[in-house]
Amino acid sequence: MVPLSWYMVLSMVVFAIGVFGFLSRKNVIIMFISIELMLNAVNINLISLSHYLQDMRGQILAFFVIAVAAAEAVIGLAIIIALFRNKATVHVDEVKEMQG
Amino acid sequence: MKLYLLIPFLPLAAFVINILLGKEVLRDKAHWPSVLAVVGSFIVTITSVLPQAMAGKVINEDLYTWMLSGTFNVTVGFLIDPLTAVMLVVVTTCASLIHIYSVGYMHGDKGYYRFFAYLSLFTFFMLMLVMGNNFMQLYFGWEGVGLCSYFLIGYYLNKKSAADAGKKAFIVNRFGDFGFGIGVFMIFLTFGTLHYVPVFANAAGIAGQTVNFLGWNVDLPTLIALLLFCGAIGKSAQIPLHVWLPDAMEGPTPVSALIHAATMVTAGIFMVARCNPIFNLSEVAMNTVAIVGAATSLFAATIAITQNDIKRIIAYSTCSHLGLMFLACGVGAYAAGIFHLYTHAFFKALLFLAAGSVIHAVHTNDIQEMGGLKKYMPITYAVFVIAALSAAGIPGFSGFFSKDEIIWSAYASHSSVGKLVWLMATAVAFLTPFYTFRLIFLTFHGKYRGGHHEESHGHGAHHKEHHFHESPKIMTIPLILLAVGAVAAGWVGIPPILGGGAHFAKFLEPVLGHPEFHGTHAEEFGVMGLSTTIALIGIALAAFFYLKRTDLPKKLAEKFIGIYKISYNKYYIDELYDFTIVKPTMWIADKVLVAITDAKIIEGVVNGVPGAIGKFSEKLRKIQTGLAQHYGIFMAAGAFFTIALVLLLQ
Repeated sequence: MVPLSWYMVLSMVVFAIGVFGFLSRKNVIIMFISIELMLNAVNINLISLSHYLQDMRGQILAFFVIAVAAAEAVIGLAIIIALFRNKATVHVDEVKEMQG
Repeated sequence: MKLYLLIPFLPLAAFVINILLGKEVLRDKAHWPSVLAVVGSFIVTITSVLPQAMAGKVINEDLYTWMLSGTFNVTVGFLIDPLTAVMLVVVTTCASLIHIYSVGYMHGDKGYYRFFAYLSLFTFFMLMLVMGNNFMQLYFGWEGVGLCSYFLIGYYLNKKSAADAGKKAFIVNRFGDFGFGIGVFMIFLTFGTLHYVPVFANAAGIAGQTVNFLGWNVDLPTLIALLLFCGAIGKSAQIPLHVWLPDAMEGPTPVSALIHAATMVTAGIFMVARCNPIFNLSEVAMNTVAIVGAATSLFAATIAITQNDIKRIIAYSTCSHLGLMFLACGVGAYAAGIFHLYTHAFFKALLFLAAGSVIHAVHTNDIQEMGGLKKYMPITYAVFVIAALSAAGIPGFSGFFSKDEIIWSAYASHSSVGKLVWLMATAVAFLTPFYTFRLIFLTFHGKYRGGHHEESHGHGAHHKEHHFHESPKIMTIPLILLAVGAVAAGWVGIPPILGGGAHFAKFLEPVLGHPEFHGTHAEEFGVMGLSTTIALIGIALAAFFYLKRTDLPKKLAEKFIGIYKISYNKYYIDELYDFTIVKPTMWIADKVLVAITDAKIIEGVVNGVPGAIGKFSEKLRKIQTGLAQHYGIFMAAGAFFTIALVLLLQ
């Protein structure tokens, strides 16, 4: 039996990788994948705790997260394509018209 | 409906009509509302108010509560007693004739409606001033006439000297009115009311009381009287605030006649006479009034003898006569002062209007450029001489009776101050005829001396001279009517010693009281004879200098150049004020208020606050880099610290 803490550590490691990837990479697709990693780290957390607590609500919430992530991926990729068509780049440091 | 209300409110209605409709609708008919209104006031005065006052009926009514705050209760109310009746007669008579004269004098002027509108407004304020039954209404009229005086002095508003003169009159009057205002406050603090009747009824109760004023213990009646007198000094152009009156001659001549000779400038004498129960309590204040009046009278007369501007000479003469009136009030002969006010209004308004008639013809104010006008303007000449004889105090003319009354009162008061001012008044009695007849001889006699400028342009002096003509009837008829007044107005106050009944003084006795004079008939004849003799000498001397030996004045001026210069330059009072008050004020305004207060403090705050905000936000906006990752770092850091904080606090 794998103890709960292992799942928690895995979740934390995946989330940290996601945060690091989001903050360190300029490529918007990599950043997008990093966001997916963070979301899935949360999912691991939810499901492991759901099992541990014998409560189905955690798993239901995980399904919601997956559904939202799918929708978010669709919109996010559409934005990335639109960005690429206009700027011929997918690097966020080249898109900073909003600076003060 | 109270009939007497028509007296002030008809001119007010004329003002409203003229100011609303004058420019577009009435235009060159703008005189109609004003003239009809003031003549209406005159008729009401003569037919209704004067007979009632003669019958001994005093009206004292509050019609409207103006201000009510705790015990401070000010009403709009009217007091019509003999003193008010006399003032109403003076104001409405002079105002009516001067309004009519103005129709001719101002004919064709661009601001015709404006002139009549302000003249009506002035008449309204003047009538409110004399008819009020409380000090607040007196103050209201007082400031109102000052305002209209400012409007009308600066009537030729494109002329800088006229605009400056208007400002000068207004600002100089501020000094006096400041004291007057405090005087009114003191009256309220002392008596708890501003109504004349209770104030004067209780006046005797404050005799001998002292009050702490700016750290000094001063006699209460003296303080109140002197503060009130401050206002009179400003309004009636006495030393040291006389400087505005000669400059006020920049206004149109009818204005000089109405405001700066017959009515407004006499408001100070009216006020002092009205407040006689307060003044009587203080010997110091009375002596101040007498000495200031006598000093101004002598001082202005010595200036008048060397001036060359026809209107300024008459203005100094006005100063001088106003001084005589104060002198009379100062020795307790209020009735004599008011009597002189009444006769002076006629002969001085006449002098001004006749001078206006001359100016209308020759288009200059400089008497050195005139001369020989007698044959072209016979009516003007005749009325001018009548007015001058009256001003000079020649027996038979109205000025004689009032002036003699004043000089006799000064002599008969038997105090050292009375004797001093009597000497000064006698000197004035010599100077007045001298400068008045100097003016006449230079203007109307001899040869025409103007036209030098025309000659150089190819027109002979003779050519121009033939164009002089008498003024139109609308101007000469008021002159003739005023001349009748200048001769006969004084006959109501012929002293008993000359077989008269002194009706004027008796009429005013309920208000002004009767001074205690001691003197024998012989003394009275002596004083009268002396002043008459020296008046005649004055005329003779003027005739000798300016008709026979016309070279003498110039030689004398050269010989006594120092004295001549002092008189010609009006004792350098204007220069003195310029140096001690105007220049330092301008310096403070320029170097302190503009350079420091305005530029540094006010602009510093006004520009500094937005500047500082701008600089701060310039730094702050750098946070917005536009890079998604920076926002991500902030978010992550924010989340981390928030969670850390929550965990640590548990």
